[in-house]
Formats: sequence, C-alpha cells, structure tokens
Amino acid sequence: MRTTYREAVREAIREAMRADSRVFLMGEDVGRYGGAFGVSLGLLEEFGPDRIRDTPLSESAFTGAGIGAAIGGMRPIVEIMTVNFSLLALDQIMNNAATLRHMSNGQIGVPLVIRMTTGAGRQLAAQHSHSLEGWYSHIPGLRILAPATVADARGMLAPALADPDPVLIFEHGSLYNTEGELPESIPTCDISSAAIGRTGTDVTVITYGGTMPAVISAADELATLGISAEVVDLRVLRPLNDATIMQSVRKTHRAVVVDEGWRSGSLSAEVSARITEQAFFDLDAPVMRVCTEEVPIPYAKHLEEAALPRPERIVRTARELVGR
Amino acid sequence: MSDAAALYRAVRLIRRFEERAIELVRSGVIVGGIHPYIGQEAIAVGFCAALRPGDLITSTHRGHGHVLAKGADPSRMLAELAGRSTGLNRGRGGSMHAADFSIGILGANAIVGAAGAIATGAAWAAQRAGQDKVVVTFFGDGAVSQGVLLETFNLASLWKIPVIFVCENNGFATTMRTEEAVAGSITGRAEAFGIPARTVDGMDPVTVLDAARAAVDLARSGGGPSFVECLTYRFDAHHTWEHAARPRYRTDEEVVAGSTRDPMEIQGSRLPADLRAGIDDEIEILLEEAVRFALESPEPDEHEALDYLYADGMRARAGVA
Ligand SMILES: Cc1ncc(C[n+]2csc(CCOP(=O)(O)OP(=O)(O)O)c2C)c(N)n1
Repeated sequence: MRTTYREAVREAIREAMRADSRVFLMGEDVGRYGGAFGVSLGLLEEFGPDRIRDTPLSESAFTGAGIGAAIGGMRPIVEIMTVNFSLLALDQIMNNAATLRHMSNGQIGVPLVIRMTTGAGRQLAAQHSHSLEGWYSHIPGLRILAPATVADARGMLAPALADPDPVLIFEHGSLYNTEGELPESIPTCDISSAAIGRTGTDVTVITYGGTMPAVISAADELATLGISAEVVDLRVLRPLNDATIMQSVRKTHRAVVVDEGWRSGSLSAEVSARITEQAFFDLDAPVMRVCTEEVPIPYAKHLEEAALPRPERIVRTARELVGR
Repeated sequence: MSDAAALYRAVRLIRRFEERAIELVRSGVIVGGIHPYIGQEAIAVGFCAALRPGDLITSTHRGHGHVLAKGADPSRMLAELAGRSTGLNRGRGGSMHAADFSIGILGANAIVGAAGAIATGAAWAAQRAGQDKVVVTFFGDGAVSQGVLLETFNLASLWKIPVIFVCENNGFATTMRTEEAVAGSITGRAEAFGIPARTVDGMDPVTVLDAARAAVDLARSGGGPSFVECLTYRFDAHHTWEHAARPRYRTDEEVVAGSTRDPMEIQGSRLPADLRAGIDDEIEILLEEAVRFALESPEPDEHEALDYLYADGMRARAGVA
C-alpha cells in the first residue's frame, strides 16, 4: 500500500487509539486544525474532543500534564508543534519526565510519548527550523526516535507507547509528504536498533531522519562515480545502537556522519567519538562530519540551503575520504 | 495630515500591503507564507500613533502591521518577505521576524508570549537610564496562556515598568477559540498582578488611539504598566497555508459576520471622499513600487549565510568543509 509519511503517522495514532482507551493525543490545534502539519486531520471526528484534546498555548503546562497523566495511568501522546517550541517544555521533559524513575528509586515511571516536528527546509526562519533532537539525545532517561522512512513513521509509535519510560519522536517537517510502500499487515517494529538503509563497501554514511533523502541522493551520485556508500539510518538517537555502526565501519573503514544539527557539542560528535573509541584501528581515514552551518537557520531560500547539509557537501566529503 | 487622515492612511497601507503580500505568496515569491494582519489594523495603528519616535515596540508572528505602523519602509519590508538582500533583515528574518530596529522595533518574535519579557526589560533599561520612553508589546489572545507572560506581568507590576501590554483578541489562537483557551478573563490576568486593565473596541482606530494615549500617559508619568485588551477579528487565515488546506474551524457565515465592522471602512467613512481617494491612490503607487523593488532586488549571496553571528565577525567554523 502506497502512503505518505504523514498518513503513516496518522494511521499509527489511529491504531493506538483504537487499541487502547488509555491513549489520547494532546497539543495545540491537534483537533479541528488537524495539527500544525495536518497529521491528526480527521481524528477528532473519530475519537472526539476528550481523546483528541486541543490545548491552550502552554507548552510547559500541557507537557507537564502529560507527565502527570502518564503517572496517573493514561498513555498520553503529547504533540508539540515544533522542536523550537519544545524548549518552553524542556524543564518538564528534562527535570521531570527524564528523572522521575531514577530519582524515585523506581517507585514511578513516566510512560509518555512526545511527538514533535523538527528541522528546516520550509523557509520558516530561525524560530521554527532548528534540529535540536541531538540535545534531547543528551538526556539520560529518555528514548529518542527519529523515523526517516514511512515504515518507521508507521511502526515506531506502538512500541513507543508500550515503553514504560518517556519516548520522544522527532518527525522532520520535510518528510511528511514523502511516500513509501507499507505492507497490508504492519510488522512489529523495534525501537532499539539502527538500520542499514543501503549496503555498500567503500564508505559508511551515518545519518537519521530528515537528512536521509540528501544522503540517499548523495549515495546515488557517489555510485555514478564508482564509489559504493553504505548508509546507516540511526533511527534511535538514544540509546545509540553502536553495534550496527561499528559493523559497517569495520567493513568500509571510512565514515561520514551527516546531521542537520550543529556540529559543536553534538550528536554527530558523539557518533564520531564512539567510532574512534570502538573502531579506531579499523579506520583508514579520520571520521568526517557534514552538519548544518553554525548559524541560526536563515529565512531566504539561498541562505537556508547554504546552511543545510546538502548532497554536494556529502559527496565532496565522501570523495575526499575515499580519495577518488 | 489630520489625525483622522493619518489613521486612515496607516490602516489602508497595512491592508493593501497584506493583500499584495498574499498575492506574492500565491505566486510563489514568498515561500514561507504569512500570517495576515487584515482586520486588526486599528490596533497597531492606534497604538503607534500614540508613540513618539523614540518609543519602542515588540511585534509578533502576525507582525507586518506593527512594523509598518511604527514607520518601516514598505519596500524594504516586502523585500524581506521575498527573502531579498534589500530586505529589512537582509533576507534572514522573513515574514515572522522582519523588523527595523533603527525606528524602535525590538524585533518581531514568533515564539508566542516571549516578547513581553523583552519589552519589559527594555522599558526597565530606559527607566533606569532616566529616559521617559515607553514600550508597547503586542501579543495575541493565545499568548496569555504562556507562563512567561504571566511571570512578566508580575515583574512589570512589582518594578513599575513603563510597558504597555496590548492583547489583540481576534477570537482565535490558530483554531482555538479564546473562550475555550482562556479560563477567567484576559484582563483579569493582568489585574491579578495589580496592573490596571481595560477592554476596548479594537476595530475603531480612534477608540484604540484614545486608549493608547491614556496608557502612554500613565507609563510616561511613572504610573507603571497597564494592559489593554483590544477586541478584534481576524478576517483572513491564521496563516496563508490555510488558503490551500481550508481547515473547518469557523464557518463562512461567521467570517462574514466578524468582518462587517472593518477598521478601514470605519476610519475611511470619517474622511471626505476625495481625500480618501487621494490617499488610496498614493498607497497604490507606493505598494506598486514596493512590489517592483522587492521583485527586482537580488537574492542574498549564499556566502552571507554565515555573517553576523558575532559582533567581531567571528565565524563558528571557518575553513571546515
Ligand atoms: C511558543 C509557541 N508555541 C506555538 C507556536 C505556534 N503558533 C504560532 S501562532 C499560534 C497561535 C497564536 O495565537 P494568538 O496568540 O492568539 O495570536 P494570533 O495568531 O491570533 O494573532 C501558534 C500556536 C509558536 N509560534 N510559539
């Protein structure tokens, strides 16, 4: 069945809501508006305003309320419009959701799912376009998911809801209209491992989420130059699945990390450090990174494109590594 | 120009600016879309008319009206929306952040509720410097549910800051009706912190101007903050992407009813027909020129993307691929 990423997320929510009456969706304009990106269109009609709850503009309060509802026995899905606005709820996420189990000595857990849009590419400028999932992946106590494919957009929600601990799902805004095939019956999805998006032998390109299309097109371009790139889709940004990364690097002996986050103190730095720690003697070249330029995302098309990790930059970096 | 004519001219300018901008959204020139201010013009116009040039404002995601009313050049404003190097922010800000700081606009802030605190700090700085500046911070009805704004009310009141909180209650925060989002009342929130608050007709530029003058006088004379809720209606979409998506959160009949009192007509009807027509013609020419200027202006060179990160020109990662 051909479907879009947006529809895949919607179907996953619908299925979860039908399967478990404890599940509800809460956030700004998730009801009548169908969510800022149209993900929940039609769900209000099916499930009613108690389970598809529009909230006032109070990210801190409704995220905190989601934590409370989770503790109180519900299985909330909190939607935050974009990761930039999630910073208003960062305190609740970091100081409460992520800490409660440990701080209470396991007396309580927070089975909460928070979904949000991340990333640039739509000319929405510096308060709507950042990729801060790397920050969240810094926080112990959270599980961080970044579905890059329609299959993961469809499959990741159910295990996230089944997880007894808080799970954050980052949906890149540029992926919602992408299409893919889904089987009639949805296979169970794991939320612990990375995946090989494409096999190759010369260089490993490690990425996740919204930069996957750029990496795939770079890999296509590299193929025409006779360079075979293996693409690792991290899928889970915390906890990172080191084994898949190292297996690939041990095969290709070269790695490029592509991340729409900034590079300094970043997720890409973490991946790079782990490769150095665990596979240093398998490397034929230094680990390289292609990230967003270290500026707030600018508005104008040329400037925005210039700031983002583009296929040309990925190709150039991979070619430098391979020496061809 | 008389007060009446100046108010009309400013309302008309914003109305036609927004309509021309929407055309440019439709033709693909303004890619990120806009949040049209149509219907709410009397608020920006009334408040900015009560300010001196040295006074300050903060604006929002629905900010074109505030920025134009404070005196920004429509050509450079439109160029900003089109992402051109001649734009107010040289193409880096776009619709939600277009602002001319040189005329007292402390930015257009698209984080709902955030600007009130900044306005309050700026007003405090002016007060400490012995200046008699006042600061007006505009925000929507959605913002009154943000914690930061409530925290700001407390600071502004405690410290007697010359800041004026202007809530543009247009009935909606995106699709959320004000009455579904706001427990108690909007003015009650300010009053709870000891800030004098009133509700006025936000459709009539003269009514708004009167309320604005009173608030400005209070602030300038050391009387501290005040709060004005302006009742208005958003005639157009929350954001232009609604033009394509058409979510059903209000009926066409409701929009027609909500738009019957139109600030442009209210103020226009106070002018002799020939004066009004003359202003209309002048604004058409002005905006024709603004559109031409925007379309003919170059797009910024991509190398500029890294500029202006630090005052000394330092780039975060010069020389690295
Ligand atoms: C902190 C934050 N949360 C969410 C948004 C997304 N958003 C942009 S405008 C808007 C509605 C704002 O409503 P209101 O304050 O009433 O202003 P209006 O749009 O009606 O002018 C929302 C939810 C945002 N920009 N900032």
